[in-house]
Amino acid sequence: MEQNIFQLQYAMDTFYFLICGALVMWMAAGFSMLEAGLVRAKNTTEILTKNVALYAIACMMYLCIGYDIMYGGGIFLSGIETVDPAKVLADFSAREDGFSGSAIYSAASDFYFQVVFVATAMSIVSGAVAERMKLWAFLAFTVVLTGVIYPIEGSWTWGGNAVFGLYTLSELGFSDFAGSGIVHMAGAAAALAGVLLLGARKGKYSADGRINAIPGANLPMATLGTFILWMGWFGFNGGSVLKLGDIASSHSVAMVFLNTNAAAAAGALAALIFAKILFKKADLTMVLNGALAGLVVITAEPSTPTPLQASLFGAIAGIVVVLSIISLDKLKIDDPVGAISVHGVVGLLGLLLVPITNNASTITGQLIGAATIFVWVFVTSFVVWFVLKKLVGIRVSEDEEYEGVDKSDCGLEAYPEFTGS
Amino acid sequence: MKLVSAIIKPFKLDNVREAISDIGVEGLTVTEVKGFGRQKGHTELYRGAEYQVDFLPKVKLDIAVQDDVVQRLVEVISEAAHTGKIGDGKIFVYDLEHAVRIRTGEQDAEAI
Repeated sequence: MEQNIFQLQYAMDTFYFLICGALVMWMAAGFSMLEAGLVRAKNTTEILTKNVALYAIACMMYLCIGYDIMYGGGIFLSGIETVDPAKVLADFSAREDGFSGSAIYSAASDFYFQVVFVATAMSIVSGAVAERMKLWAFLAFTVVLTGVIYPIEGSWTWGGNAVFGLYTLSELGFSDFAGSGIVHMAGAAAALAGVLLLGARKGKYSADGRINAIPGANLPMATLGTFILWMGWFGFNGGSVLKLGDIASSHSVAMVFLNTNAAAAAGALAALIFAKILFKKADLTMVLNGALAGLVVITAEPSTPTPLQASLFGAIAGIVVVLSIISLDKLKIDDPVGAISVHGVVGLLGLLLVPITNNASTITGQLIGAATIFVWVFVTSFVVWFVLKKLVGIRVSEDEEYEGVDKSDCGLEAYPEFTGS
Repeated sequence: MKLVSAIIKPFKLDNVREAISDIGVEGLTVTEVKGFGRQKGHTELYRGAEYQVDFLPKVKLDIAVQDDVVQRLVEVISEAAHTGKIGDGKIFVYDLEHAVRIRTGEQDAEAI
């Protein structure tokens, strides 16, 4: 009888992992729609191409070497295809804390859940460098980030390895539940390095210091993308509990869903009200960024805050993201979708808020962890972008930028007219 | 024959279409256009940065009619498109040299 219950627990936790992974995979659609909505019509096809291609590259690179670097899962996932039920059941019986002990699930489901996180990190980059980066330079960078840079960073955090054999982050009190720092700030650090080497879109900043608006082409699409991300985030945070199959874990999952949703709602509201006070108008794009900021900030620790705390964290994030977007513009760091603010600045904020509700983490640990992730991802990304810039160039020509990269990189338009039909 | 070209506020299109149907005009061509007159443009806001919108969306109607209808048509359009606020638009009347109905080959008066 007990053996059968273990079988069911294995099945339930594996199934839960897979469903959550599928939700996170769907975030790729969210990023695609958000970015396609916030760029100009002439760059739509290219940003969509980047989003599909980066997802595919992330999956391939993580399958080939990334998962092995991060978790020792084997080059090409060798051995993942076999499972020995007798051994799994023996592992269950040997668990010291019995039925409520740590989850045991299919290794294949673990890979599937982890791989979609890699793609999320890379999706953050595509938005920040939109409308001016060469497609193939971007894809070359994707290969390096998803195959090497992110997996090495992940091996130090969730993988539990020592950073260059020097110090171990978990022992210093570093805690990042679902990846405010490990996934989101990492993606933003890579994006920032790219944007600094790439420069602003033409016409964004006038010589006299004026900041010019370059309005996105399709706000319904950007809104749809935000809601898709919001939904996918339940898998992102909820799945990171790693287990559903006992009362404590399933309650934790429910709390994570609740807090994730509360933080997003509070973030959207705070950004809405703050934008209204600041600009006298309810700027929709800021509201969308506010919701996403709420999601990013709670990702570092969605299981321990009370619903009120989660809402407050979300609201703070909603205000911080608006201030950050304005400040980056003043620094002439051109980020068409606000990715560096949403995922980087707010990702850091999320890490720093963890010790308030989670006694297992320390502010020193969070600072060292954040610094480690940022320095590693920023420096290595900067080097890769720099090499690409020198070798093949990362920016399209002025004419191509004027005409739109849809035509120069993809040869087709998103909204063709006069096609003869 | 005359060609009456009226530039009006987009939301007035239905009013104008109904009004000119009532006086027996049997066809018109509509184009979405942008431009400015005394109304000039206005500023909009995107992610904290203001920008100037110099060209406002309007609708342009092209209506070909017999000479005896022109005066009545212009009156009817003026009335139907009127709000009294700046930006109501303009009406231009041109001489029309020649017209052909493609399906039948009918010419001029018979073609409009």
